[in-house]
Amino acid sequence: METTLRITSARAGSSFVAGIEKISGQKLLACYQCGKCSAGCPMAAHMDVLPNQIIRMAQLGMRDQLLAAKSIWMCVSCLTCNSRCPKDIRIAEVIESLRLTVLRSGQRDDNLHIMELSPDACAVLPPIATISAMRKLTS
Amino acid sequence: MGNENKPMKLAYYPGCTLKNQAVNFDASTVSSMAKLDVEVEELDRWNCCGTVHALNSDNVMNRVAPVTNLIRVKEAQASELMTGCAMCYNTLKRANIDVKSRADALATINDFLSLEKTKYEGDVDVLHLLEYLRDRVGFDNLAKKVTRPLKGLRVACYYGCLLVRPKEVAFDDAENPMVMENLVRALGATPVDFSHKTECCGAYHTVDKPEVIADRTDKIMGSAHGERADLMVVSCPLCAFNLDFRQDDARRLNPDFRNMPVLYFTQLMALAFGCDEPSLRFDLQHIDPLPVLKARGLVQETLDRAPA
Repeated sequence: METTLRITSARAGSSFVAGIEKISGQKLLACYQCGKCSAGCPMAAHMDVLPNQIIRMAQLGMRDQLLAAKSIWMCVSCLTCNSRCPKDIRIAEVIESLRLTVLRSGQRDDNLHIMELSPDACAVLPPIATISAMRKLTS
Repeated sequence: MGNENKPMKLAYYPGCTLKNQAVNFDASTVSSMAKLDVEVEELDRWNCCGTVHALNSDNVMNRVAPVTNLIRVKEAQASELMTGCAMCYNTLKRANIDVKSRADALATINDFLSLEKTKYEGDVDVLHLLEYLRDRVGFDNLAKKVTRPLKGLRVACYYGCLLVRPKEVAFDDAENPMVMENLVRALGATPVDFSHKTECCGAYHTVDKPEVIADRTDKIMGSAHGERADLMVVSCPLCAFNLDFRQDDARRLNPDFRNMPVLYFTQLMALAFGCDEPSLRFDLQHIDPLPVLKARGLVQETLDRAPA
């Protein structure tokens, strides 16, 4: 990712940071980048931005990069990161708040189109799978 | 176990998938609990547990479905609700903890549910079946009911996420839980120690990214194979679907992948208690467990899979 970031006292993006902290109930600045969340993440291999990088970018208010990241849709809230964080930050809650920021935007920017599933898929998928996918990936 | 002569009654929440693809989980739960002299009473008018617990702290709307179920428990004159589904357990328990600790959130939900005759006051406890078996029945008592010890059967106990995370709902160690291993041992089987027992199966990505699930299934089942397990037991119908049905995809991904049957822990319990085929429903398993069970002498040679 090619990004130039200028850190100033103007605190651009601070309303985004405040929103993420409010939805998630987490204090982003508690993170000291040990990387334990990314080390244990079962979805890390499929992510473009790792969980510890998500927290860093959220601290810095990098709204557009975060909301465009594939990672926020890959996280399945398994909570391995949360349970291993030495600072008790709930990383999964932060990622959920990023998903919600997209899903609540009113753009219907869904990451699952359930009507496009094949009849074969619909025939075997249990309700626990389809309902939870819709709960997490659709507005 | 409380009153010796009268069977104990326990409010039971099956959840949606136990009435659909996971009828084998439901049937084996009810029949094995009957063998333990516990009468499970399905909750009247239960609704969706809410599926995945919403992780946001600024909206209580997602707590309405679980709280409605807890109201039904009160209406059934009960103070505890037992469920075997790991996801229902996790969602009901977390919603319960959340509203118990936030009076304003509970007041908002009760206001929203103003047509309900009963108010929820945080006065119901949510239990997982494994927790009930360990703490109320006791594995020593449970072992006495075994009529068909599962001798020689090597079992990989898979917990996934929902029984052990977050720590508020966990009833065992988050990194190395042992409750299922202790149950399996009480049934006469041999639990194996494998590395992936609390690794996520990929959950609902089975809907939109089945190739990711194939990779998870390959790694999880491969780790159990490495310890020479005969089969795997689970407590979550979503894990069960991913680890059982997605083995076909795992084999396409990795030509060296070997199949392994996946059962609900209650099916293993019902088998050891001598319950008959209608309460086992092995015909609903994608990977047929009968060859390995026959090889271990645990089912009769004549028992065939019922036609689907």
